[in-house]
Amino acid sequence: MLTLGPKTFSSRLLTGTGKFASKTLIAPMLEASGSQMITVALRRVDPGADQENILSHIPDTVTLLPNTSGARTAEEAVRIARIARAAGCGDFIKIEVIQDMQYLLPENYETLKATEILAREGFTVLPYVMADINIARQLHDAGAAAVMPLGAPIGSNAGLEMKAMIRRIIDTSKLPVIVDAGIGKPSQAAEAMEMGADAVLVNTAIATAQDPALAGRAFAKAVAAGRMACLCGLAGAQAGASASSPLTGFLRN
Amino acid sequence: MSFFEIANQYQDFDFAGYFDGVTDRDVGASLAKAGEINRLNEYDLLNLLSPAAAGFLEPMAQKARTLTLQYFGRTIGLYAPMYISDFCSNHCTYCGFNAKTGFPRTKLSLEEIEAEAKAIADLGIRHILVLTGEAPAKTPMDYLEDTVSLLTRYFSSVALEMFPMEEEAYRRLCRAGADSLTVYQEVYEQGLYKSVHPKGPKSDYAFRLLTPERGARAGFRALNIGPLFGIGEPKAEAFMAGIHARYLEREFPDVEVSLSLPRMNPVDGGMAPAHLLDDAGFVQTMLAWRLFMPRLGINISTRESAQFRDRLIHLGATRYSAGSKTDVGGYTVRNPERTNCDTTVQFDITDTRSVDQVTQMIRESGYQPVFKDWEIF
Ligand code: SF4
Repeated sequence: MLTLGPKTFSSRLLTGTGKFASKTLIAPMLEASGSQMITVALRRVDPGADQENILSHIPDTVTLLPNTSGARTAEEAVRIARIARAAGCGDFIKIEVIQDMQYLLPENYETLKATEILAREGFTVLPYVMADINIARQLHDAGAAAVMPLGAPIGSNAGLEMKAMIRRIIDTSKLPVIVDAGIGKPSQAAEAMEMGADAVLVNTAIATAQDPALAGRAFAKAVAAGRMACLCGLAGAQAGASASSPLTGFLRN
Repeated sequence: MSFFEIANQYQDFDFAGYFDGVTDRDVGASLAKAGEINRLNEYDLLNLLSPAAAGFLEPMAQKARTLTLQYFGRTIGLYAPMYISDFCSNHCTYCGFNAKTGFPRTKLSLEEIEAEAKAIADLGIRHILVLTGEAPAKTPMDYLEDTVSLLTRYFSSVALEMFPMEEEAYRRLCRAGADSLTVYQEVYEQGLYKSVHPKGPKSDYAFRLLTPERGARAGFRALNIGPLFGIGEPKAEAFMAGIHARYLEREFPDVEVSLSLPRMNPVDGGMAPAHLLDDAGFVQTMLAWRLFMPRLGINISTRESAQFRDRLIHLGATRYSAGSKTDVGGYTVRNPERTNCDTTVQFDITDTRSVDQVTQMIRESGYQPVFKDWEIF
């Protein structure tokens, strides 16, 4: 079970709403993948448009994770979060503060500032950040519910470019670690989970697949397999045979 | 260094000579590098725009499509233009609104703008592009500010395509709620620029060229630029627009940059296009831009035909105008179908389909029409 703030989830696959060929593909994808939390950019929500309103395509059983996409500063992110809550999107918020439109990499300092403010206001804050153990610690102290380091730039499908750094976050973080962005294949999701991540968020790879529902199912299975691999205590691969205590065995003789 | 200095460095560049020397191997090498942000340099852009690259359209298209899917998904943004005034003191030789053309000029009152806004918003459009000619005495700052703040009540994004202004004026319009700025250089070659802009404030090449930079500093979150194809040599113009876009992207990393490819239509004014950009050239330009800048927005207007627009969806386009009227008050207020009032269009629409029809086409092409993709919260 994955606990984020006040809620517990049995699925460790978070999904997204952007980039689908049609909003009508979202519900079948959610069903096939079993994903229980989905992120939606508040800037794309249009409550005034019935069919075009993205929220009407998400079943009530799935937890909404509105995100602050479009925010360039902490102040903007905070404003978006408050509007999302007022609009009935719940208390979860994914902080996305981006100042570089080429690579879409998150700005950690502004993200931390927004997290501090929103956590104090009772939001369940999931911040999207550059992979760095210091920010993970600071986010914990600021009251975040998880830390979401990127695997690789948004949409790149490049997988776990940040692997070494993510591993260090997993080793040291007191918060759940959700690998966000860059995961392009189920095998990469499995690898993140196997490394010990608590969950992954996958959007582009699922949304732009020929069959998003099938892709969702594939990712769900990969996440489950990776999780099991993490828990089962695999013996680490070794290059050669190891004699027991070749250097210090003499001490016991 | 401002883009004016960069543009100056290219004024004497032998584009024709360079293009002549580009071989298939050069194109293949540039194409092989494409696929990541910032991998291609200026010479790669030239190679992809060259005549030699015309033989590589399909592999270029495949890569461009993959990149677009990756960064934009299967989505197409929609917007509509709204003309609020056709008074203009400029003498652009290619435009029907130029000061010398005699026709009854129109400027909408705020009440009329509101009626237009309602009509456009009823179509489902949430992103509006407001256009005016250059006549600050007729459309002073207070009027423009009032227009922008009125439009924010109906639209989640208000983009401006107005005459170049100083930074402070842009700051005021941003405060009023405008978020994007469109300004076409029309032609990058300075000599030609002077000859097609003989009189009026627009004849100042440098002031116009540096407008996007002033806009970015004033706080616009998105910039849209482009040449008007038909005036200068298309490949050289496409190159200049490409490096201009990259300059803006690097100089203002928090700004979304996009390019447009308007082609001159004969109705634009007395002057016939000196260079035609045919459909294959249009597609090649679009693909070269996409490979050069994978995150670049690419806007396609209703100047293009319905059949052509349907194809461009798969080739890297990201935003379409729909249901456009290019005359002042064209949606309801002065619509000739509803009144007897004559208005003049700035250019003829080729894709005359309604917003619903364009939306339907986007869906049938396997893409999601996005009406709302921004809001100043
Ligand atoms: S192109 Fe613009 S500035 Fe030039 S005459 Fe037409 S409306 Fe005026």
